[in-house]
Amino acid sequence: MTGMTRKDVGTFIAKQGILIAFVIFMIGFAMANQRFIQIDNISGVIRSSAILGVMALGVTFVVIGGNLDLSVGSMMSFSTIVVLDLHDKIGPALAIPAMFALTLALGAFIGLLVGYLRLNSLIVTLGMLSAIHGLTLTWSGGKNMDIENKATTWFWFFGQDRILNIPVPILIFAVLAVVLGLLLAKTPFGRKVYAVGGNDQAATFSGIPRARVVFMTYIISAFCVATAGLLQASRSMGSQNNVGQGMELEVLAAVILGGASLMGGAGTVFKTVIGVLILGFIQNGLLLMGMDFYVRYMVTWAIIILAVWLDVAAKRGRLWSPIA
Amino acid sequence: MTTLNSKDLVKRGAIWAFIAAELAFFSIAGQFLSGSDSNFLDPGNMLLLLKQSAPLGIIALGMTIIMINGNIDLSVGATFALAGVVLLDSLSWPFMEDLGDWAIPLAWMFALLTGMVLGAINGLIVWKTGVDAFIVTLAAMLGYRGLVFMYNGEQPTSNMNWTLVDFAEAQFLGVHTPTWFLLGTAVVLWLLMTRTVHGRNAYAIGDNREAAVNAGIRVGPHILWNFVLIGFLAALSAVVFFSESGSVNPNDGMLFELWAITAVVLGGTKLAGGYGSIISTLGGVIAIQLLRKGLGHIGADTQTVNLVIGLILIAVLILDRHLNRKGKEELKI
Amino acid sequence: MNDPTPVLRLEGIVKTFPGVRALDDVSFNVLPGEVHALMGENGAGKSTLMKVLGGIHAPDEGQIFIAEEPTVMTSPIDAKAKGVVFIHQELSLAGELSVAENIFLGELPLKGLGVVDWKKLYGDTNAILKTLNVGFDATTRVEDLSIANQQMVEIARALTADPRAVIFDEPTASLTDAEKVVLFDVIADLKARGVGIIYISHRMEEIFKITDRISVLRDGACRGTLITRETDENEVTKLMIGRSLDLTRNTVHHELGDVALEVRGLSCGDLYRDVDFAVRKGEVLGFYGLVGAGRTEIAETIFGLRTPSAGQILRDGQKVNIASPVEAIRLGIALVPENRKSQGLVLGMNCRDNMTLPQVGDLTAGPFVSDGAEISIFDQYRDKLDIRTPGWRQTVGNLSGGNQQKIVIGKWLSMRPDVLIVDEPTRGIDVGSKAEIHNLIRDLAAQGYAVIVISSEMPEVLHVSDRIVAMYSGRVMRTFTSDEVTEDNLIQAISGISADKVA
Repeated sequence: MTGMTRKDVGTFIAKQGILIAFVIFMIGFAMANQRFIQIDNISGVIRSSAILGVMALGVTFVVIGGNLDLSVGSMMSFSTIVVLDLHDKIGPALAIPAMFALTLALGAFIGLLVGYLRLNSLIVTLGMLSAIHGLTLTWSGGKNMDIENKATTWFWFFGQDRILNIPVPILIFAVLAVVLGLLLAKTPFGRKVYAVGGNDQAATFSGIPRARVVFMTYIISAFCVATAGLLQASRSMGSQNNVGQGMELEVLAAVILGGASLMGGAGTVFKTVIGVLILGFIQNGLLLMGMDFYVRYMVTWAIIILAVWLDVAAKRGRLWSPIA
Repeated sequence: MTTLNSKDLVKRGAIWAFIAAELAFFSIAGQFLSGSDSNFLDPGNMLLLLKQSAPLGIIALGMTIIMINGNIDLSVGATFALAGVVLLDSLSWPFMEDLGDWAIPLAWMFALLTGMVLGAINGLIVWKTGVDAFIVTLAAMLGYRGLVFMYNGEQPTSNMNWTLVDFAEAQFLGVHTPTWFLLGTAVVLWLLMTRTVHGRNAYAIGDNREAAVNAGIRVGPHILWNFVLIGFLAALSAVVFFSESGSVNPNDGMLFELWAITAVVLGGTKLAGGYGSIISTLGGVIAIQLLRKGLGHIGADTQTVNLVIGLILIAVLILDRHLNRKGKEELKI
Repeated sequence: MNDPTPVLRLEGIVKTFPGVRALDDVSFNVLPGEVHALMGENGAGKSTLMKVLGGIHAPDEGQIFIAEEPTVMTSPIDAKAKGVVFIHQELSLAGELSVAENIFLGELPLKGLGVVDWKKLYGDTNAILKTLNVGFDATTRVEDLSIANQQMVEIARALTADPRAVIFDEPTASLTDAEKVVLFDVIADLKARGVGIIYISHRMEEIFKITDRISVLRDGACRGTLITRETDENEVTKLMIGRSLDLTRNTVHHELGDVALEVRGLSCGDLYRDVDFAVRKGEVLGFYGLVGAGRTEIAETIFGLRTPSAGQILRDGQKVNIASPVEAIRLGIALVPENRKSQGLVLGMNCRDNMTLPQVGDLTAGPFVSDGAEISIFDQYRDKLDIRTPGWRQTVGNLSGGNQQKIVIGKWLSMRPDVLIVDEPTRGIDVGSKAEIHNLIRDLAAQGYAVIVISSEMPEVLHVSDRIVAMYSGRVMRTFTSDEVTEDNLIQAISGISADKVA
């Protein structure tokens, strides 16, 4: 550590805190229980995190762009119900694109309100949470949705099949993470998302079409939600109306855990993936240690606050808040 | 206590105009659409409506203060559930059973204390770490819900105490107990926000936090007290609700925070803080409940309530934005 | 003068931060009934000194005396209790609350049990407002007041402490001339009551109009205290920058090209109306007028950020319709905005990304942004504009004001525009960088750019412009060539003295 002052160490911990925490957790759990690091366990955890993870990828764009999306949970229920319902009516080959189109239309509606009309994203997506839930209930008539003939369809592929012995949900999550990660980190569009989230006025004064960029972040979010809905529907081949209920906040928790700032302009896809995996592995690790299943909520609570606290403390240069 | 200009009057009157419009619409539309012959404006129906809006209303009133203060609390639903669990479970503790009916006030106290402690935890974290209340309470929403599940797993916690139920269902001057709690809370909080230093400081802090700090207001403890207050109110709401129902599901109160925020926003409170009123939030709560009941009354699917409320919330936002526009020459940003 | 006891005296104040000696043995005093100007470039140590006075920083060495009593300040509230109050540049009021609540914020009178005594509150407030002779009362909501009146609320708040010393930090930054007169009356009144006043400002005319003594800070040290009526602007400037600054009239004229941008009868609601002007290639056209005269709004309209209600914009003689900044940029128009931090830069982004922001979509290799292309643009303009930064990875928020402004200018130069509009090019920038930016603007014109400079500083417009458009209350009063303009006729034109008289 030559040449590194205490402050440098502090900054390093604050910047890479999430990664360090992840490694410490993995080592701790691995020492507590050998099963934790076996391939099938790890693969199982990632597979069960994939749905949350796919949604978190999209929300990462929205949050970095300086907005919130509280509607992803109820939108995911919508996608799941719609694709299941259409599956029996028009077949999976048409149902899937139809569901994507409808979900993207919802995303476009939100993007229009937040991007072009400049409405507060917290309230708009809060309203949409409720509205889409109502839409889903109306669509399903309040009933659970089930695929009639489970034996003859290939629809289970997305949620249950494996390619090269890797579960398809993991593959989809990974491919989406790489593509969206590159989109955010390497392309002009990604740069514009950071600029709009960092300072939307300055972005506008630099000739960046703020409204269109925000609109696109919601389209990306909706695309991810549709993908998550597809995975959910295909995994369970049937669903309740409220399958995604409460997920909006868990997704947001994963994104924040990954270090994205609610103020916008900061965060990466890679870190969001780490955030998602931490949540997944903690749940799994605690289970393997024989802890009460619900302890994970408590641990998640503590981790989120610690992670954000560390970040805030590093920025202001002191641990405790200066307010009297 | 500032002098009102016409814009303020429009702002404050809007929610009551909306309620009047709802009443008119549902009573007239009900004549044509409703299968039943009952009159929507029937006093019994209206009293029931007030009673049903009490649990959400009490929380929304507290949320108003939190939001005027420039914060938000997403954990109220979980606090509500946990206070409910403590209320009903404590009644079955051995020493409590020995106390007979005297156990009831004690159980209430346990529940209310639970709420205050949970609120205090949020408040302390917000104060001491400087982490945004949105994040602190978002995390607490998961954490507190975890406590609910750890208490009894997926099982509901039940305890039918008939004295309790009788009290909760009682009517005094024709008005139900929960409604009295709602109105009492509203009056106390209204006095708090308009007459006391704490209330005025809540506005000042939400409006311009730095100015408040510079003026020597101790912002940290102030925020802490507000979180204790909303924890207390979430628990009070649970006391009112679960005394009657006698059973708590571990998922009870989910999305309560979002409904409460919806009511507060409909009442015109600014998200950024510094502006808002207790009485208008009461209007927001009643408007939501009217919509629920009204849609049922005219025979619409109960499922459309969510859709309609969501769209109304967005419409309010669009309208508000439109009214605040400065005209065509406004900077296009 | 047989030396009255100073209300406030600083003796040998030293304050160091890691790597910087922010204050180096600063001593000065304020006498009762004196207005004492504190001047210095940005970064000279004024704000650190104020923070020491306000108890935000504890001095490493030295002593503060109040009425010759050694005193330690622990916080702004403590300072106020000891009779030292601040009127900050950024007003700190709660807009939704009443005037009275703002004035007594943190110390509302009580009837017991935490209940506010409204009657006493309004009574006390109105009594204070009366002494200030203002046209609003205790129950008015602060948000409904003009900036000047809001400042009066701040002053009223300061008066509640019965202060010995009042510190004004750039109080006239956003006041009209008429409002300034009111403020100066209040200051004169405070002076008559024997209050000592520290007056921080960059504006020489004001300093020479209202102050008794001037202390100048440079590099954290007090370079001298001058008696105002025995000195002049040159001497003060010399102390501030350590040399004299040459801010003479622009006399160099070069060949002008064709008209690059012309505006005919342009109007935008109440903001401005019937504006005509043209700027040629190789010319610097100055826009001078008071804040609120409509200059910035014209620039924003040309840059596609406002929709004109009437009139035409011609680019190279062709009528154009500019609906967004994207179109303005496509037409070769660039705008360096008035407010650097909120409009010019994404402060959390690095230098390079800020500079390439408008063209990032074109700097691609395949679908990705090309690192090499970006860095080469950054390097080119860093050298050209002499931007001092450790490297392109540096976060822009960490640079000095002058270097930040150069990043914004570089951002637009790298787009190779034909028309460059610069709004308040040197606001909040130290004197050294100011000169560099002025030279840069002249150079750009010499290279054939058509440049529009909007400024509230008369020496600046006179120094850089070939012609000057004088605006008053949304209208062009007169356009001067640099031969005909004098300080007098320019001031008359922007003060609204009847157009035909000056024309």
